[in-house]
Amino acid sequence: MSMQTIVSLPDQSTARIPKDNFITRENGLLSWLLTSDHKRIAILYLISLSFFFFIGGALAGLIRLELLTPQTDLMATDTYNKVFTMHGVIMVFFFLVPSVPATLGNFLIPMMIGAKDLALPKVNLLSWYLYMAGGLLALYTMAVGGVDTGWTFTTPLSTHYVNTNVLTTGLAVFVAGFSSILTGLNFIVTIHKMRAPGMTWFRLPLFIWAHYAASILMVLATPVVAIAIVLVMLERTFGIGVFDPAKGGDPLLFQHLFWFYSHPAVYIMILPGMGVISEVISTFSRKRIFGYTAVAFSSVAIAVFGFFVWAHHMFIMGISNYAVLVFSLLTMLVAVPSAIKIFNWTFTLYKGSITFETPMLYAFGFMGLFTIGGMTGVFLGSSGTDIHLTETYFIVAHFHFVMVGGMLMAFLAGIHFWWPKITGRMYPEKISQLAAVVTFIGFNFTFFPQFILGTLGMPRRYASYPPEFQVLNVFSTAGATILGVGYLLPVLYLVWSLKYGAIAGNNPWQATGLEWQTQSPPLTENFAVMPIMDHEAYDYAWLEGQQQTDEQQHCQLQEQQKDTEVTSAG
Amino acid sequence: MPDSPAIAHEAANSAHAEHPSYLRHHFNSTEQQADASNFAMWLFLLTEVMFFGGLFTAYLVYRNWYYPAFVSGSHQLNVVWGTTNTLVLILSSFTMAMAVWCSETSRRRGLVLCLALTFILGLGFLGIKSIEYSEKIEKHHVPGAHYSLQSFLDPDSDAAARAAGDKPLQLDMARKTEIYFSLYFLMTGMHALHMVIGIGILGFMILRARAGAYTAGHVTFVENFGLYWHFIDIIWIYLFALLYLISRH
Amino acid sequence: MNHISPVIWQFLVKWMTNFALFPPEASKIAPQMDALYFFMVLVSLIGLTIVVLLITSFSILYNKKRHPVAVQIEGSTLLEATWTIIPLGLFLVMFVWGALIYFRVFTPPANAMNIYVVGKQWMWKVEHPGGQHEINALHVPTGRAVQLTLISQDVFHSFSIPAFRVKREAIPGRYTTVWFEATKTGTYHLFCTQYCGTNHSQMIGDVVVMTPEDYRKWLLSSTSGSSLAQNGERLFASLSCAACHNTRPDARGPSLANVYGAKLALSAGGTVIADDAYLREAILNPSQHITQGYAPIMPTYQGQISEEGVIALIEYIKNLDSDYRVQQTVNTTDLPPGSEGKTPAAKGSVSKGTVKP
Repeated sequence: MSMQTIVSLPDQSTARIPKDNFITRENGLLSWLLTSDHKRIAILYLISLSFFFFIGGALAGLIRLELLTPQTDLMATDTYNKVFTMHGVIMVFFFLVPSVPATLGNFLIPMMIGAKDLALPKVNLLSWYLYMAGGLLALYTMAVGGVDTGWTFTTPLSTHYVNTNVLTTGLAVFVAGFSSILTGLNFIVTIHKMRAPGMTWFRLPLFIWAHYAASILMVLATPVVAIAIVLVMLERTFGIGVFDPAKGGDPLLFQHLFWFYSHPAVYIMILPGMGVISEVISTFSRKRIFGYTAVAFSSVAIAVFGFFVWAHHMFIMGISNYAVLVFSLLTMLVAVPSAIKIFNWTFTLYKGSITFETPMLYAFGFMGLFTIGGMTGVFLGSSGTDIHLTETYFIVAHFHFVMVGGMLMAFLAGIHFWWPKITGRMYPEKISQLAAVVTFIGFNFTFFPQFILGTLGMPRRYASYPPEFQVLNVFSTAGATILGVGYLLPVLYLVWSLKYGAIAGNNPWQATGLEWQTQSPPLTENFAVMPIMDHEAYDYAWLEGQQQTDEQQHCQLQEQQKDTEVTSAG
Repeated sequence: MPDSPAIAHEAANSAHAEHPSYLRHHFNSTEQQADASNFAMWLFLLTEVMFFGGLFTAYLVYRNWYYPAFVSGSHQLNVVWGTTNTLVLILSSFTMAMAVWCSETSRRRGLVLCLALTFILGLGFLGIKSIEYSEKIEKHHVPGAHYSLQSFLDPDSDAAARAAGDKPLQLDMARKTEIYFSLYFLMTGMHALHMVIGIGILGFMILRARAGAYTAGHVTFVENFGLYWHFIDIIWIYLFALLYLISRH
Repeated sequence: MNHISPVIWQFLVKWMTNFALFPPEASKIAPQMDALYFFMVLVSLIGLTIVVLLITSFSILYNKKRHPVAVQIEGSTLLEATWTIIPLGLFLVMFVWGALIYFRVFTPPANAMNIYVVGKQWMWKVEHPGGQHEINALHVPTGRAVQLTLISQDVFHSFSIPAFRVKREAIPGRYTTVWFEATKTGTYHLFCTQYCGTNHSQMIGDVVVMTPEDYRKWLLSSTSGSSLAQNGERLFASLSCAACHNTRPDARGPSLANVYGAKLALSAGGTVIADDAYLREAILNPSQHITQGYAPIMPTYQGQISEEGVIALIEYIKNLDSDYRVQQTVNTTDLPPGSEGKTPAAKGSVSKGTVKP
């Protein structure tokens, strides 16, 4: 890596973390657990999300260990089924869906638009408690024996044919769903009603646009999965018959209701990550994002189109051929805005001034891996090839590429990028760049072989498999080990940086957002003087002007000090 | 520009004197606060539409497939109670709208009265609903282990079916009435749950209204609750039409 | 190939089979699907290469050392249009191509021979019309269109034959179908690909593709002695269906001779083709499927027949061209008429009922 860096830190011998900030303003556990400060809530989320991520990750490790050999020899088949179910439930509902919105979104949205907090701070806290309640229910489920329906709760398996803890899991997901709805609701109201003077829609950072689009999905789609889960729980408990063919019910109805949410859910997961990537690429190329309007509108387009493609998860389930045509066509349409974004980000690099700090490395990883993941989505959206590839490891590889190679990398990019703002300290650059590279390598080793496995026909959710698939599975597990290291390192060095990291100052990246124009960590009320937005987003010319003014003032202050020293000495 | 905490606190202090006590500090003005919370309530109601939407979708599909079963099932519901309940709720929406007006025009006693009336009407609705539910339980029309097809296989043995002039259903179609009742209990039950929550909040509001909380300028709570109450009313009107009035002559 | 050392050739073959990137192509549709698949791989590779090349070259050309001052560029409508239209165009090509293949896979030809598959936790029960029953195995001949009619007894399963590139969900409560024509003899994997509980990964088997001659021999050696139609006939009698469904003038139900494939007018209005799905529904939920002109008195058999029983009844009805017993099946090794241009064997073989347009 080039030694070039844009990092600009204050003089470390004199710099201090500002005495009054949102962390020091109040003390005590209750001041955190009963806070209405969006920044504290974001940190509460960060801690709990990381916790659930590592549980989900441990479960993934168990899966990969089992799949080292063709036979079911590490654990009983039932146990394996529970392991992959809980892996899915925890990762989807308790990590991916809330990840960027609940941590970075919560922390940054008010700051980026120049507000003091979200519109509904107490509702925000309620969101976190609902998330924790759901998460604890999920943990409880694991403790009392788990559930083995798959995270997709397919009926009639989940309603009549398993004797595991479907009810508690369903309840956990239901409760967590309301956390998501309330977060999305909060974001939409905030972005509409609390922008600073001068902050028009097209001066908003693209991070905000991305969260706005994701929030629309959160608000409109999540209630449908809530009712679908309620129906499953009632069918299971009372045998009401809505999904039971023997009573005239239709198991396919559940599929429609479930996927009506779960497809938009994947856009809920990825859009905020795309918002992060926009911010990172802009900052580390010192340039306004190429095609700002196109990127903004493509976020909304993904949200809108995302509502109309759900049945592409059901192409071989006996829906009519004409329905397949319609949904396949719409799926092709929803792929286009993502392609637009990738090209716009790429061309942001054109004639920029690029440096390769850790967030940028993760962003590059995102772009490559999301391109592959997105393209393989097109393989699946075309109804013909979907016949062969669906329900195999090709699907598993596809969604891990977009979710882990895409979303998780974006999350890590964002955490690193805004770490100095949140904590006031810089993370150690060299080891974090190493971790990024290790993660990228480990990821490819883990999931690329799975595309081949899927094409060869290896079905998903299999505890045992024909021996000719072993070599690729071993590759995949080896990669998973490397990936694990790549994820562990950030935990270690980020915690280390809390005590020993360099003092960051207001704007170590010399970035343009409003959040960078105030102290790190920020005040509880975010800004001492509420900002007025008098420039465009990503306005580096404005930033230069600001920095010159700051320098002039600094010089003047120094002059004044010198004068007073002289006069007092004289 | 260095952020001096001193400047921050001073700014906050000087602004303190000028705004009403109910203005939350992250808002710039009471207008912004009212606007934001109103928008939030409309959005929340939109999520409720999506939530009920799943049930309406199920209803649409199954009514289309099993129309005769839905007719027979619907004829089992007491349309007198249903109409009464509809009128009760519409009246309660009126009293709620009056409550909002009282709050906006600072009529404390009027507000308390209107809220109390809404409360009582809401309880009345739930009371009638529980009469209906107990009737259903008695007749074994609750889906599950004790569901009985008697009324549909032999309508002459059932007063409601006789009154509606129902023909006996074939066994396979009679079995589908269980789906109708599942949807009936699900939809009205979900609605009743929302009523219970609403009535609970009404109780809280009455106490606060007596203390004058909503007649000193801070009307948004009452207004937003009014929105919620009207929404529940509208949902009921759809439920009434869809569940009670299938093929009634 | 003579100039390649046999050792290296053996090594290559072993390497290619052991490190195959895609399954053997053993059906007619397989190469067609693979063509689309490889087109997509090519497009993806090109797309990825473009993106990676651009990122790499921009990173080199415009890194901070080399290019310290960034040039602010708002955007370019031309570029936006380009990278909207070209991907959209490519995706639409994939859509059309894929849709064509999809329709091909799920639109069986008229002369396809039918095999029934009932999935249950955790095995596949395959039933040939001639009375051959298989568990977790499927024997088919080459050069013949085979239609599978699938249903599940309990939960969702999915019948997958990677070598044929076909896959179809087996759903409780309704039939689904898929067809293929096998082209290469051999034994191929059969998987259940829809998670169905504990032994989902054990619900696997073999698809054995044989030459027509070998297939005939297999049919002969595997028959259970009575065809599905004969089983259906026995069931028809034991359930007293003939009490109403006969050709007497005062019959309370419509005669079922030649009804398969016919267009029926329903008493509730509208017309319907009496296919497998209709017949199944008419047996299990008769009140919605009463033929016009008949009273709605048929009782439901829901809960009284297994899925295999329904299949047997359907096969019986398919082969019914009179009120009388189905022709005794002496020779169950004959492939149904229409294959290989042979005329149907003389009396004594299973014959399909005529199909009314």
